[in-house]
Order: sequence, then C-alpha cells, then structure tokens
Amino acid sequence: MGKLRQLALQNVVPILFTVLCVSGIIAARADISLPILANDIVTRLSRNLFLVLSLIIPVVAGMGLNFGIIVGAMCGQIGLIVVENQGASGLGAFFAAMGVSIPFSLIFGWLTGLLLNRAKGREMITGMILAFFANGIYQAVFLLMAGPVIPLHNQRILLDGGIGLAITIDLIGTGGQLDRLLRPSIPFMGLPLFIPVATFIFIALLCVALRGYLRTKSGQELRAVGQDMHVAEISGINVDRTRMRAILISTVLGGLGQIIWLSNIGTMNTFQSHEQVGPYAIAALLVGGATVAHATIWHAILGTLLFHTLFQVSPIAGQILLGSAQIGEYFREFVAYAVIGVTLALHAWRTRRS
Amino acid sequence: MNPLDWLKRLGVTRTILAAFLLVLWIVSAVATELDLVLLFSDCLVRTGMNGILVLALVPAVRGGVGLNFGIPLGMVCGLLATVIFMNFDARGGLGLFGSIALGAALGAGAGWLYARLLEAVRGQEMMVGIYVGFGSVAGASILWLFFPVSNPELIWPLGGEGLRNTLVLDGYFKQWLDLKLAIPLGGTAFVPVGLLAFWLGLCGLVYLFFRTRVGMALSAAGANPRFAEASGIDVRSMRSLGVIISTAMGAVGIVVFSQSYGFVQLYKAPLLMAFPTVAALLIGGASVRVAKVSHVIIGTFLFQSVLTTSLPLVNALVGQAEGAQALTNLPEIARLIISNGIILYALTRKESA
Amino acid sequence: MESPTLVLSGIHKSYYGNPVLRGVDLTVRPGEIHALVGENGAGKSTLMNILFGMPVIHETGGFEGTVELGGRAVRLNSPSDAMVEGIGMVHQEFMLLPGFTVAENVKLGREPTRANLFSRVLGPVGKGLRSLDRRKMQDDSRNALDRIGMSLDEMQPIAGMPVGHMQFVEIAREVDKENARLIVFDEPTAVLAESEAAELLATMKSLAAQGIALLFISHRLDEVMEIADGVTVLRDGEVVATLDMQEASVEQIAELMIGRPLPERELPARGAGETQQVALEVRGLEVDMPGEEVRGVDLDVYKGEILGIAGLAGQGKLGIANGLLGLHPVRGAVKLEGAPFVLGETLAALRQGVAFVSEDRRQVGLLLDESIELNIAGTAVHVLGRFLGKSGGPLAMINRAEVRRHAENMIQEFDIRCQGPTQPVRRLSGGNQQKVCLARAFTLDPSLLFVSEPTRGVDVGAKDRVLQQLVRVNREAGTTIVLTSSELAELRQVCDRIAVVFEGRIQGILAPDAPDVEFGLLFAGERSGVSS
Repeated sequence: MGKLRQLALQNVVPILFTVLCVSGIIAARADISLPILANDIVTRLSRNLFLVLSLIIPVVAGMGLNFGIIVGAMCGQIGLIVVENQGASGLGAFFAAMGVSIPFSLIFGWLTGLLLNRAKGREMITGMILAFFANGIYQAVFLLMAGPVIPLHNQRILLDGGIGLAITIDLIGTGGQLDRLLRPSIPFMGLPLFIPVATFIFIALLCVALRGYLRTKSGQELRAVGQDMHVAEISGINVDRTRMRAILISTVLGGLGQIIWLSNIGTMNTFQSHEQVGPYAIAALLVGGATVAHATIWHAILGTLLFHTLFQVSPIAGQILLGSAQIGEYFREFVAYAVIGVTLALHAWRTRRS
Repeated sequence: MNPLDWLKRLGVTRTILAAFLLVLWIVSAVATELDLVLLFSDCLVRTGMNGILVLALVPAVRGGVGLNFGIPLGMVCGLLATVIFMNFDARGGLGLFGSIALGAALGAGAGWLYARLLEAVRGQEMMVGIYVGFGSVAGASILWLFFPVSNPELIWPLGGEGLRNTLVLDGYFKQWLDLKLAIPLGGTAFVPVGLLAFWLGLCGLVYLFFRTRVGMALSAAGANPRFAEASGIDVRSMRSLGVIISTAMGAVGIVVFSQSYGFVQLYKAPLLMAFPTVAALLIGGASVRVAKVSHVIIGTFLFQSVLTTSLPLVNALVGQAEGAQALTNLPEIARLIISNGIILYALTRKESA
Repeated sequence: MESPTLVLSGIHKSYYGNPVLRGVDLTVRPGEIHALVGENGAGKSTLMNILFGMPVIHETGGFEGTVELGGRAVRLNSPSDAMVEGIGMVHQEFMLLPGFTVAENVKLGREPTRANLFSRVLGPVGKGLRSLDRRKMQDDSRNALDRIGMSLDEMQPIAGMPVGHMQFVEIAREVDKENARLIVFDEPTAVLAESEAAELLATMKSLAAQGIALLFISHRLDEVMEIADGVTVLRDGEVVATLDMQEASVEQIAELMIGRPLPERELPARGAGETQQVALEVRGLEVDMPGEEVRGVDLDVYKGEILGIAGLAGQGKLGIANGLLGLHPVRGAVKLEGAPFVLGETLAALRQGVAFVSEDRRQVGLLLDESIELNIAGTAVHVLGRFLGKSGGPLAMINRAEVRRHAENMIQEFDIRCQGPTQPVRRLSGGNQQKVCLARAFTLDPSLLFVSEPTRGVDVGAKDRVLQQLVRVNREAGTTIVLTSSELAELRQVCDRIAVVFEGRIQGILAPDAPDVEFGLLFAGERSGVSS
C-alpha cells in the first residue's frame, strides 16, 4: 500500500493529466470521433516526439530545461529554407535539409554553450532570453537581408518586393517526405488509422542512440556533471566541455526535430514556427513526469501523448462544458505555462529544502 | 584615467544607447523632413507612459529578488481595476484615480501571494517570475472571457464572447494625465507635464522611501541578508514588502500606460511586456542586484526615445522605395535585439553571480 | 633501506608577501602513519595544496623547495599530476555523487571501457563513445572494498547511506587507484561517531600494513597517539618538532603546538568599580551553527571584564556569540544582569544592549557597497530608531546631517583611515573595515559586546590598533567584552580570563599567563581545570 502511494505521488503529474484527458474525452464524447482523434494523436506523436526527446540530454547534464532549443529549431528552418530555395524535392531534399541544418546547429549551439557556461545556475532563464534574442537576429537576417544580402533567389519563398522571406512558405520539396515513405493503415473502429512507420523508425533510432550514448564513458561524465559539478571537476572531468557537448547534441537534435515537425505539417510560418517549439516541447516533457533534474525517454513519450491529447480535446470540451471554444484554447495555453511554472517552482522549493 | 575606465564609470550600456540616440536624432535632422519637435514630444510621452512600469521594478531588485519578470501580474491587476471602473462608467479623474487606487490595492494583495511563492523558491525567483507573469496573463484571459459586464462598450458588439480585445478610453480618461498642464509646442506636439510630473513624483517618493527606516531595512535585506539578520531586520518580510510594492506599482503603471495610449489592451497584450520594461531599467545602469531611481529615469528615456525615433526615421528614409515593405519591421526587430541583448548581458555578467 | 615515499624539503611559500610556510621538511616512509598537527593557520592546508598541485599555489607565484616521491624529485603542477604520482586524499567533506552507486563513485573519472562499433569506426575521436565496462567497475570496487575490510554492497547507491560508510567509499576510491602510495586523511574522524571512528582507525592501520604511506591530519591528539608512528608539529609555518611516537606524549605535543613567547601585557589600569558581579549567566547553551556546534556551554561573564574564548576551528567557539545573538537555532537558559534574556531573537538581543561584531566581516559585518556612514549608523537606525526625524515611525526619514556628524566622530575616535564618511567600505583595508564594524557596534551603546576574530585578515600593524580600541572602550566606558579568537596570543595580550572550548563545551578557564602546556592540553581536550 505504502509503495503504491509512493508510486502515485511520484507520478502525480502524468496521473493528473491522464485524468484530465480521459474526463475531457468523456465530456466531449458526443462531438468527438474516436478514430479521428486517434489519427490526430498518432500524427502529432510522430510530429513532435523527436523535438521533445532533444531536451533530455541537457536535463541529464544538470542544465535544466533547454529553453535555448529554439536556436536549434531556427537552424532546422535554415536547412529547410536553403533546400526549398534550390527547388529540390523528394526524400533526398528532406535529408539534405537535415544535412544543411547540422553545421548551423553546431555553430550556434557552440555559441549557446559558451553563454550558458557563463551563466551556471541560471541556464534556463538565460536560454529563454537567448531564444528571444536569437529570434531578433533571425528576423533581421531573413526579413531584412534575405534577397539583397543573403543570396536567396527563389521568388516562391520571398516577399513580393524581393526583400525578406515570405511569412509562410509551403514546403513543396521537403514536406511530408518521410511520412509518405511508409504509412500503412490499420482499421480502427471502422475507419483507417494511418501510422507513419518511417517517421517512427527514425524516432526509435534516436531513442536507441540516446540510451546507448548515456551508457558510454562520455554519457557517464554527463551524468556525473549533472549531479555535482564540483565533484566531477575534482574527479578529472572537464565540466565546461561536458556541458558544451550536451548543448551541442540538444541543438543539433532540435534542428532535426524541427525539420521533422515542419515537414509533417507541410508549411512553415517563417517567423513564428520556431517560437512555439520551446514552451510546448518542454511542457510535453514535464507532463510526462520529467522534472528539471530528471528526464527519460519514457517521460518524453508519455508526455507527448498526454499533452497533445489534451491539446485536441480541450477546445471541444470547452465548447461543450462552457459554451466557448475560445476558453479551451486559453485553457491549454494556461496549462502549458502552469505545468512549466509549477515544475520550476517545485524544483526550486525542493533544492532549497535539501 | 584611460577611456575604458571613463566608459565604465559612465555606464557601458547607457553610453552606447545615448550615442545611438544622438545618431538617430542627427540623421533625422539632416537626412529627413521629420518634425523634430513632434518627435521629441513623442519621446517624452512614451517615456512617461512606460516610466512607472520601469520604476516598479526597483523595489524588487532592492529587496533582493532580482529582476521582477513577474510584473505582468501587477499589470493584470491594474487592467482588472480599469475594467471595473469603466464598467461603472466612471470617467475623467475619478475613473483614472479610482482605477489607480483599486489597481494598487489588488496589486498589493496579489503581490503578497506572489512574495510567498518567491520565498519558497529562493534562488530561482526570476525564472519562476517569468512563469508567474505568463500564467497570470493566460489566467486573466479566461477571466476576460467570463467577466460579468453591463457596459456595452466593453463587450463585442455582435455576439462575441466576453470582453473586447481592446477597450477604447475615449470619453473615459484617455490622455487625462498627458493633457493636464500640457505645454503646447505647435501642431500636435506638446510637453506632457501632468504625465511627467506624476511619474517623477512617484520616482521622488520611491527615492525618499529608501531613506526611511523601513526603506533602509529593505535595502539592507536585499544587499546582504546575513548582515540584515545580524542587525535584527526581518529579512523575509522586507523582501516580501519589496515584491508587494513592485506588484502594486505595476498595476498603477499599466493604468497610466493605458490612459496615455488611449486603449486598454486585454488578453495577450501584457504577455511579453516584462522584457522591454526590464531592459529599460538595465539600460539605465541597473544590474540584477543594484537598481536606483536614476537608472529608471535615464533608462526609460533612452530606450523609449530610441524606439520612438527609429520607426518614423526608417519610414522616412526608406520611403516608398521598391521592395522596402519588409524594412518597416526594422524598429520592432531592433527592439527585440536590444532589449533581450541587454538582459542577456546582465544575466551573464560576473557581478550578477 | 627502502627510500621514503614522500620527502618535502625546505618548503617556503608566501601569499602576497605574507610568509605562510618557512622551510618545512617532512618525511613519510612506506607503511608509516605520519601525523601532521598544528593550530589553525599553522600552514597545514597550504602544505597539502602544494602536495596536490592545487591551482591556488601556482596562481600565487608557486613555492620554493623540493618534493620527492619514492626518491625521485617531482613537479606537481596540477591535481591530475598528483593523481598520476599516486597521491590520494580522503576529504573532510565527501566528494561523492549521491545518484551513483558505490562502484560508479569508486571509478568516477577513471571508468574502464570497452570498444564498440561506434568508437571503432570513429577511431581516436570516438574515445568518449567507448562503452563502460560495468563488470570490471564492479569487480575493481569489490576488490578495493575487500582490501579495506568493508562488506558494503558495491551496487548500492550512495544516497541514503550512513556517513561512516561514505567515508569508506572515499577510501576505497583512493585504494583502487593502481599506483596509490600516499593517502592523505584530512580530519577524517571529525564527522564520525565514536564506533565508526574506531573502525576507520583500524582500517588505516591495515592500509599501512599493506605498505601505503598515510599522512594523518587531526586535532584529536589521542587518536594521533593511538595510531601514528611519527608526528610533525607545525607552528606559524615552521616545523617545531618531528617526533617518534615512542618518545612523544600528549602534553609535549600540545605544548609544542601552542608554545610561543608571551606578548607583553601593558594594559591601562582599570578604574574603580571592578566587581565580581555577573553580567551574563549562560547555562546549557546549545547552538546549531553548522561546523561550529555548541553542545552545552555553562559560562559566567563578569561585569567590566574582557573574557577571551579560545579553541580550535570547528570546536564551537564561534557558535557561542552567534547563538546568543539569535543568528542560528539556539536553546538554553541565559540571564542578562540577572533578568531572563530572550534567546533566538536578534532584534530583542540588540535592544537589550548586547552587540556583536561578527567573525565574517565581509559577509555578515558590512554592507560592502554602502558608505562608511551608513554602515556605522544603519543598525542603530533600525534597532534604536536613532538618527531619525521626530516622528520615529517606520516611515520616518533619516537625518543625514546627524548621521554624518556621528560618522565623523567615530572616524576620529576609532582612527578609521578613509577618504571621508561617504566612501564605500569595500575600498577600505581589512583593518579599517574592522574599525567600521566596531564603530557600528558601539553606536548601539552596548553594555555587553561580543567580538569574534577581530584581527582575522587584518595586517600586523592594524591588529594592535584594533585590540587597543577594544581595551580603551572597556576601560573608558566600562563595556563588558567577550572576545572570541583563533589567535591565543592576542587573547593572552588583552583578556582577563580565557575560556577554552572543546567539542562544543567549555573545557576550562585559564588566566592569560597560565603556562603553554595547560592551554595546549585544553585545546586538545585532554584535561579540564580552572586555574585563575
């Protein structure tokens, strides 16, 4: 009994969200088609999971939730922009975008790492402000310089005047490539449930790689630094380099994740897509039961599943329960902020008590 | 003394911004046909409009909780007070000062709760503060949807839900302070004496407060909690007092901001307002641990003037040039880069550790 | 004969012109347990920093002298050099990761690895990607634990383990290093219960029997007598004696640690009215000050006297004043001038006329970025409502002219060398900062003043002036002073009586001119007695 209680207490967040999701589905059962919901959830899982997984390594390294992941997302978008500009198309174009994003991720991830190593103990807020700052730079580059300074010539992705990227870009060449590769359907309650197997294989590969990495010497150093930088240092581990490695990995994965995400959607909001990435991916990870100091692959999977179920269900439930779809929208936004805020507060409270 | 030391003494950030502003003004004067008097008038209005929000950050820094990114909590209280007074059709000075008083009271109450939260999360105040800000804006959005109002000017005319996105203050207390004692400068330009006097008066009060017995205790508690304890000061309640005053002043600040702007912006409008506000204080020379009233005055004026000047300047320079539509985003982009760059600088400075 | 494991010869080291070590020689043979004893500040930690190649040594200009290991001169420029040479340390505070198992901690930073597909493909670049050899990590740890006779499970996590066991994990880590030949134990028994300490000493003996040299730093002379083969006594950066244990006695070591020519006592005479009246009566005082716990102090402070409180670091001497002022959790029965004294409330203590100059000048004693005048007046403004306008309420404004006048008087009275009352105290020298602290305390008009470590970090010339000020105020204003200090010499210079604290209690009270050996024994907790 005591054990069960403890287990429940340790997993109070995912349990709470399971209850929320289930009651939302029950409340909205008249207006929800379960097969459609299932399709939505599977799609969103394949779309978001990679990004959520990219947050794990910095948590293990003791750097908290990587709000700087947006920098990685921007690098992913750079990859897409470059490839779309060339007019390339097909699966090759999709992987080319990934290839282009990686060097950018390494450069900007390195700068991020330098900054975060200067801000030990306040990595999260620094990462967050860095994301805002980087957004400014990104806009300056792609809104003011694309065209005349940056050699982008494809009129399809530029604004009418020829200066600045279009506000939305249809990912004609790179969109949906991975999903289309292998997407069988199985019957589910009378309707086909499509499963993007290729994307899931890609995600599974990442999971295996992450697990494997944490079992190497380098991964062990990461875990040591995450627990106590001082002890790690006197045990001969180069703390700054280890933290840098964590941020580089996270930024590169963030870039790839963003490409998967946008490719699945098929269009890119050039100046907004990356902004939504940070808060929602972090909230998803936390909903799965992760904390500032502890995150696993299972937290990411469960969290993405629950968070996006809630995302789908809450407007419909809001409409039915309170007669307002708007409220569901504000509610899920509130939930995203609240779950991050409460986790941060709990973490600070716990560290203070020990 | 070498030039670098001089720069340090003057304050690196504010010297750079001041030089930048000077360049903007010179370019405006030489290369464009902009009405400089009107430009200057706009700078003053924008300074007074934002000044109280920036001032509101000072008591929190002095109390030792760092930059109060949770200031939107205070703003939400001020907006709530304004909506209540508008709903009762309170106009003119009554509406304005009623909103200010009620907003301050609500802000003090919310600030008390916020202070208790911050006490529990010592060491992570700024990060938690950001989310208190976000959370209160998202929470208030739900409130606006359901707010029971009778005044038809506040709700969507055609069957929309809840309060309007933007409430028009025309006929209520639009520019009530701005126009009080205003000195006309020809055309639409004027010196908003009432607005500036109100702001500078509050600045003076805050300055004097830090010379009172309790104000000194608050400063000591923030500067060195262990010293304060050894002097018999109740550090927790002093720190809380700083947060309470800060939140209450945040409420006052948004009411004054709204009257000057002429609109009350609800829903997501205050979401990101904490960042430029904090940036203004930092530009004035403050840091995570040190903030003075002089930083508020200098920082607000410099930052707001740069923002106010750059938009018409870019428009005048670029004009109707071919394909220049994108360039009109320049001021907004500059705002993003400057304000967040300055916060990054403050967070990664050695002193702030 | 086998060459000694460690020979330090002629070690000189100074920090910013202050000599800390002056020609130290030290020899440790294989299989020997050699004790290193000395007062705080005698130079033990500097010597260890040299031995471990700590950056602090090289950043401050290095040192003179030679280090020989196994008969070979070596240069130790970094902690990893020391590690390579087989020097290990068991730290006073544990350097363990709570989320790791015993085995992971034992092998931390030195994990055995196996190649895998990726590391092979990447060659030397992929070194970090080699897999951990968990089997070997476990076996090695098991071996190390067996060598020190611990049955501890190597797969157990550190979190939740008793303190004594963690100590053994640290030892196992040092033993596991293949070339371990010298292990330093820095006050290893300080945090252990008695039975655990006995177990540890037994383990140390068995390690020595395996041929490893041990350097044992301890304040507990009985433990030193029990297990050490030889002892080196440091005092003021010099070796005053190296003894074989067979010929040494506790008394002898104690006297060697303390012994120093008595400073001249030329104190102004006291006015009439000196009484044996008790100003402060302390009974059963317990204070939870981390690292300086007080565990039951009974003490009477007489009106008008200067009472010294001495003792080694960590014994609790600093806890007494901090506890009485309510800066740390405190229990006990205390009377001030016969009336009950409220414990645990700083403001109440200050208002009853008890003032405190903290041992931690920069962290507790001062607002470093504020002006001299505000530092002097600030506490009195808050506590007594001094320097305020007539109303005196919480919103009363401070009277700056009055503050300025008072500060100018104090600057003159205490001879504070500064550019004026508005200078920030951060820019003052240590001695002048200390005078500002004293001036602040006296602005409170105390009848009883606690002063802790008033000369720490103060240069030699200023030390005397600070002490003279205390004596002056004691004689002129009749203020009772309780002076806590790590420097016995200065206590003997100005105090009327000196209480020695050991393990959180008063071990004894001596007259300032009592013989060295009596002080030495009380410091080491050997004998209690009152002679005055």
